[in-house]
Amino acid sequence: MVIHDVSLELRRGEVLGLLGHNGAGKTTTMQMLTGCLSPNSGEIEICGVNLLRQPELAKANLGYLPETPPLYRELNVNEYLVFAARLRGIKSPEIADVLEQAKRNCGLVEVGKKIIGTLSRGYQQRVGIAQAIIHNPAVIVLDEPTVGLDPAQIREIRNLIRDLGDAHSVILSTHLLSEVESVCDRVEILQQGKLIYSDTSEHMRQHENVSGFIVDLRNPPPLNTLEEINGISHVEPLGTTKFRILHKPEDNPKSALLSLAEQHDWKLEQLTPLQATLEEVYVRITESEKTAAAISKEEIP
Amino acid sequence: MIRLIALRELRGLFAMPSTWFMLAILQFVFTWFFLNTLQTFLEIQPQLAQLANAPGVTTIVAVPLFNMIALLLMMVVPILTMRLIAEERRNQSFALLLSSPLPVRYIVLGKFSGLMAFLVLLMSGVPLMIYSLELGTNLDHGLILGNLIGLLLLTCSYVSLGLYVSSLTAHPAIAAIGALAVLAGLWLADVAAGENSAWHMISPLNHFQNFNAGLLDSNDVVFFILFSAVFLLLAMRRINNNRIYG
Repeated sequence: MVIHDVSLELRRGEVLGLLGHNGAGKTTTMQMLTGCLSPNSGEIEICGVNLLRQPELAKANLGYLPETPPLYRELNVNEYLVFAARLRGIKSPEIADVLEQAKRNCGLVEVGKKIIGTLSRGYQQRVGIAQAIIHNPAVIVLDEPTVGLDPAQIREIRNLIRDLGDAHSVILSTHLLSEVESVCDRVEILQQGKLIYSDTSEHMRQHENVSGFIVDLRNPPPLNTLEEINGISHVEPLGTTKFRILHKPEDNPKSALLSLAEQHDWKLEQLTPLQATLEEVYVRITESEKTAAAISKEEIP
Repeated sequence: MIRLIALRELRGLFAMPSTWFMLAILQFVFTWFFLNTLQTFLEIQPQLAQLANAPGVTTIVAVPLFNMIALLLMMVVPILTMRLIAEERRNQSFALLLSSPLPVRYIVLGKFSGLMAFLVLLMSGVPLMIYSLELGTNLDHGLILGNLIGLLLLTCSYVSLGLYVSSLTAHPAIAAIGALAVLAGLWLADVAAGENSAWHMISPLNHFQNFNAGLLDSNDVVFFILFSAVFLLLAMRRINNNRIYG
């Protein structure tokens, strides 16, 4: 069994990021959500329609971009997108409109007549995204949508996903944390087929956050002088001139330190507040889960 | 929806140079065989004229031609069916169909009818060639019609078998070899079995022989329909099971 006990809920107009290591079960989860795989047990509902019992009805509200975009390389972009739209039940009179719209959204207007097999990886990825949004579905599932794109394209696609998130619900899987930071409203972390963390991405950044800063003094005083400053709980030297200073969140000794540095000519070079990056938080969450799992395994036999 | 998938299948086929190459080669083979038998007929015509109940031009020219096509199909169909599902799996484009709001039977029937349309087109030159003889002689329309129906049913059975084998794997080459092996096995079962052996019953080619001789037996029609239906249903089942077992 690869995935178990996973419960995801997606609200309208929300972008949900599914995070996890390689092999954590992100792709499998998405395949189940889109009907490419059936779960052994459990329920999947899309807009209130059960995916397992009424698959045709439920899938009409769904757009899916798998890890590898599902392209027919011998067709040109227009033909392919028209095929995708008709598959999703778009009627002929609307086809021209939705095609135009999807191409504009994904920056494909100039390549409409090109054969997909001759396009670059980035353009193929865009065609894949266009295919997922062409029928204006309520739920869009994107599996690593920015893989293989150049930085400018990544930014465009992220903006596009952000825009899509206003009107549709989007689930995207990724292992790029900057993507989560810039795009997602909420984060779920999967590890070994289980959900281990779920919160808004804003909260995640503050997860177990510490207050403190790194200070660089060209002419540093002895360590204990710094430790004695009111409010500082811990000083850790990071070299001859650099110190990591931790303090309690409620009283910030920054101004005290600054005025002391002025008085005693410590030659302050730099003062950077400590801010946990999402990356650190992610590593911390997954690591702590790993050790917890290891401990419980040891206890069982 | 079935038509949509069938048209996509045709569009994909005609986008490949190998398809056109195959069309050209097979057309050449059919025509060469046709002209060859026609020449033989013209050479032996004086002797035939002396016989009391001599076979006509249809029996001597058209019947062997249809028989040859039936044998050739055994090798041509696996090459075409291998791509149907196996290649979509390999290119990962199958996810588009699976995540679309349409039942699996539409996917299977769409692919089946797309390839059938192509094969009908591939063989459409044959009746035209035969009917060109109408300019100089009288043809046995019943015999030709019987053969055409038989050939169509035979193609249906081959395509559905190939489609099923293609749904078993993600490697087109394995799908082609597998389908060819099964078809060749069924053919050998017919050729190698004894006089009254039951093995003849399971061979599509054996059932085609009656059509080839101008005999329209409902037994054979039912056999072809059942054969095709069983493999199409198995293919649908296989795709559904794939969702469960990955």
